[in-house]
Amino acid sequence: MRLTIEEQEMLDGKQGPGVQKAMELLVALGETFGAERMIEITRAHVALSGQEGDTYFCELLVRGGAKCKIAPSTNPSWDLNLTKYYAVTDKELELNRKTIDAYKKIGAILNFSCIPELKDNVPTFGEHVAFSESSATPYVNSVLGARTNRESSPSALAAAVIGKTPEYGFHLDENRKGTVLVNVEANLKDEFDWGIMGFYVGKYVGSEIPVFNIKNLNKYHLPEKMLYMGAELNTSGAVAMYHIVGVTPEATTLEKAFRNNKPKFEINVTDKHIKQTQEEISEKSGKINLVMLGCPHYTLDQIKDVAKLLEGKKVHQDVAFWILTSFATIELAKRSGYLETIERAGAHLVPDTCIDEPCWKSFEGGLGITDSPKCAYYRERRGQSFIIRRLEDCVEAAIKGEI
Amino acid sequence: MPTQEKKLKCRKIVKGCAEAEAIVSNDPFCFYLIDPKTGIVIEKNHCLKGQSIANKVLVFPSGKGSSVVQVDGLYQLSLYNNLPKAMIVKDPDPVLVSAAVIMSVPLVDNLEEDPFTVISNGDIVKVDADKSEVRINKTK
Repeated sequence: MRLTIEEQEMLDGKQGPGVQKAMELLVALGETFGAERMIEITRAHVALSGQEGDTYFCELLVRGGAKCKIAPSTNPSWDLNLTKYYAVTDKELELNRKTIDAYKKIGAILNFSCIPELKDNVPTFGEHVAFSESSATPYVNSVLGARTNRESSPSALAAAVIGKTPEYGFHLDENRKGTVLVNVEANLKDEFDWGIMGFYVGKYVGSEIPVFNIKNLNKYHLPEKMLYMGAELNTSGAVAMYHIVGVTPEATTLEKAFRNNKPKFEINVTDKHIKQTQEEISEKSGKINLVMLGCPHYTLDQIKDVAKLLEGKKVHQDVAFWILTSFATIELAKRSGYLETIERAGAHLVPDTCIDEPCWKSFEGGLGITDSPKCAYYRERRGQSFIIRRLEDCVEAAIKGEI
Repeated sequence: MPTQEKKLKCRKIVKGCAEAEAIVSNDPFCFYLIDPKTGIVIEKNHCLKGQSIANKVLVFPSGKGSSVVQVDGLYQLSLYNNLPKAMIVKDPDPVLVSAAVIMSVPLVDNLEEDPFTVISNGDIVKVDADKSEVRINKTK
């Protein structure tokens, strides 16, 4: 890699050990992936998590005097108000406080949303950015047509500190063409089916660039559909970019999506594949103790759907019903009346919180239900298994207490 | 019978040198779905489910999963001294590389022969990232 004099000085530690550490990580990435130089970024998003490994790196940069040149938006950890409801240990509380403190000191925007690309931090077409959060990265590349690599939380933070990223991968035109053709014959009803399709395809494509050619495209809730698909492509695989013919900006036609190249291989997705995948990853049935929605965070449109389904109903007394979203969306839900309907039924909205946090531990050992395979996958580590079903079934299970 | 050592060139991604027993995963790897206290893989449907990667040389095709869990997965393993000694990957991605850099786990790719053909479980493998070299001693 060729570095400018200033960049070389950063790497040599002349701007302090925090900047040096950030630069070391970026240069290691640049050299691994064949970058020739660094380029400026205009936005960043860091998948802050409240996990020790991530907080460790942020604190290391802060102690070394680093401050962000580009203020990044941030993912959620968990809302400190949840301690009113659920037990957390002092150590867990302390880690969360340390995380929030470190990110504030380094100059991040504490929006605590895992879908910043829809509202708080929206890149435009062609913009060079550094977005971590594996469901945000493919949306930014594919749907918005901005350019980011599949950043880790630390590499996005390092890019925010330096204000630059190594030029490789998805920043370059030639690496953005489709490589695998996905023929979708399945009738995809809603974002749930799109998510299952993402999980299925992710297993086969690894880090390729799938081009989805969808026979019966229904554009209702299309942002949510693409969001769910991206999240699951990165649960079973590592997909930073996809194209949807006739929908995403770099794929106005099939030929343009592949830039006139031939696909490496093809995958077909039928109704049978969707059903089989859902059955394979979901627990069968039983009494539930938890409904967990909002991985990725629920949008206002989805919250409106929940309110409609819960109108005049009551959630079973043995079931806790949580919907994870952003503080701003909760305010909108409140103004629009959805919050009242949801709370009257015995369900709750929670801001600033991720599913994979210690605040949810009182449910562990029990069976939950969710519309998100990603939620089920990461909760497995904490000892909670999940039934995976579409929203309507989740609500019905919540009312009956079982499915 | 004297064992025959095979020496292969590779590319250094993260510096360091270590020798240990090899464990080969045909599935992509997410370090978060490992029990940090034992190093045992707990991921449903994973080919290494129930086996430990602690203090071994891990051979795997690629990383997968969300953008923050790889670094925390390795960090948690480090707290219990259960990190892999070194890693050989076929198709590295930025999330995996960041995690390995931050946790200083020696990492190489681009072996001059397919690692899945030349390395089997239990082989003693020395990864010398600094010399861009991998040495394999067959045990079976």
